Amino acid sequence: MSLAEQIQDIRAQYPNSLSAVMPALQLAQTEHGGWLPPEAFREVADALDLTPAYCASIASFYDMFRLAPVGETLVEVCTNISCGLAGAQQVVEGLEREIGIRAGETTSDGRFTLRTVECIGGCGWATVVAVDNRHRLQVKPEDVSALVAELRGEAAGRGDDGDAA
Amino acid sequence: MATLPDVVFAGTNGDAVTDIAAYEAAGGFGALTRALTMAPDDVIEELNASQLRGRGGAFFPTGRKWSFLPKPEQMPKPHYLVVNADESEPGTFKDREIMLRVPFRFLEGCLIAAHAIQSTHVFIYIRGEYQQEFEVLRDSLEAMRKRKLLGKVAFVLHRGAGAYICGEETALLESLEGKRGQPRTKPPFPAVAGLYAAPTAVNNVESITTATSVLEMGGTAYAKLGVENSTGTRVFSLSGNVANGGNYELPHGFPLKDLIYDVGGGIPGGRPLKAVIPGGSSTVILTADEVERATLDFDSMTSLGTAIGSAAVIAIDDRCCMVQLGIRVSQFYEHESCGKCTPCRVGTHWSTQILEKLEDGRASQADLDLLLSVAERVNGKCLCPLGDTAMIAITSYVDKFRDEFQAHIDQGGCPFAGESSLEGILAPVAIHSASAHGEALEGAHV
Repeated sequence: MSLAEQIQDIRAQYPNSLSAVMPALQLAQTEHGGWLPPEAFREVADALDLTPAYCASIASFYDMFRLAPVGETLVEVCTNISCGLAGAQQVVEGLEREIGIRAGETTSDGRFTLRTVECIGGCGWATVVAVDNRHRLQVKPEDVSALVAELRGEAAGRGDDGDAA
Repeated sequence: MATLPDVVFAGTNGDAVTDIAAYEAAGGFGALTRALTMAPDDVIEELNASQLRGRGGAFFPTGRKWSFLPKPEQMPKPHYLVVNADESEPGTFKDREIMLRVPFRFLEGCLIAAHAIQSTHVFIYIRGEYQQEFEVLRDSLEAMRKRKLLGKVAFVLHRGAGAYICGEETALLESLEGKRGQPRTKPPFPAVAGLYAAPTAVNNVESITTATSVLEMGGTAYAKLGVENSTGTRVFSLSGNVANGGNYELPHGFPLKDLIYDVGGGIPGGRPLKAVIPGGSSTVILTADEVERATLDFDSMTSLGTAIGSAAVIAIDDRCCMVQLGIRVSQFYEHESCGKCTPCRVGTHWSTQILEKLEDGRASQADLDLLLSVAERVNGKCLCPLGDTAMIAITSYVDKFRDEFQAHIDQGGCPFAGESSLEGILAPVAIHSASAHGEALEGAHV
């Protein structure tokens, strides 16, 4: 099914078609490899009778819509209060060393993007590291090199062996 | 410890009940069957009898909230139930465990609530970061659909995309309507003009799940659990410097220190407890002395000048610098401010700047006064509580740990000298603004 057809299916679920803009952008982001290039806004706008500018104004508000390319694997570390108290900063620094980039950057081969994020709701099992939105819990600084080795070993496909509680 | 009542997690024995046949065999959907034989107003009466109050943070009586919706004959528009599953208050992770472990009790509660407010449209706004929870709800709904348990009620699982502000009910409704998630002016309240300007009840996941239990056990029986003004049980999210972090369902009125030391196994390494954030990052901090006399209920928390909030208890040991805690909390609210109201948008930025100045040893006495003055000029001047709660939390660190703030000025820097547990913690780095240049680091970055 084409992106436009999928968006029409989503649109049918809502009493008002404008409500479909977020799920449509989420679909478009997946189709475009994890970010929203300008053509993604045109596609969503055409499917929902909106303007590309309106779609961009929605995407820019929400943290999970990405306006720049991301690596094949997105690694996000929570650095809010509870993870911070548990040593999240040491986990971030370990990931920076192992992957070889700073938080906020993407490797030159496009393999990894690393970033820090606000609370993702795993505070009691700190530090929480999200790999492509799957949560790894109780990650300690000493776990980082094994984690990165595992991610490097994975096939190009997205890892989906999440183990959230 | 005496046996504690399980209500939300009843019948799970610590596991997840994601198999519909197992849930039915244990009496599941009995509460729904009972509710559907009752008139909608009688369901609301049952909730009133239980004295259940909202578990999202505001503690508003659930039955009363439902009773505010006009009857369909008074207002012939569709009525909507919107479930707030956008759990994002720092420290809070209870709703995700409820959705993962008792998805059918939660969805059964949605159908009970829909009946009570005479709605056939349920929208579950689930935070985008909750991937596994989304999949469990999707599969559970499909299982219920196959068994024809949904009746005429249409469900939409709507995924958020990373915005704390969408936990505020009117911002959530804006987001669900396909707009930027910015709070509305109230009134009108959602009960009268909510989603698509139609009557809408917005309830938290735990409130809705508890409604199932109330219909199972009866409102009067439920009200016997807990304490006066705070009936029933609550799922407490325990985190921070504590041995056994996690979610614990306990009756309201449970002593806070017992949650930390008995249930939670105490502070790792036997370190002293310095402070506790009792109800999520938006609440006033408690000192170790106050923790001694605090119980986990509305009245006790109110008497200590704080709130039970989202029941997220964060324990903080003696290694944490309170100025650094203030910076991290301020950064969060600055990042999450939607930008609509100037005092919040600008005030949270100022507060971060001043706190960073303090931490770096560049601050004078006047800066500390300025911090408090900025807080005062945010409070009560915005459409939603985001800015208020940020300022209330931060000023509580100053009020209760004034000596530590003063020491940063007097010593020209942080008295923890690089040893604080939050030392160097990085705020979020957005991909929006980051360049994806892929410049490799040379050697280790520490």
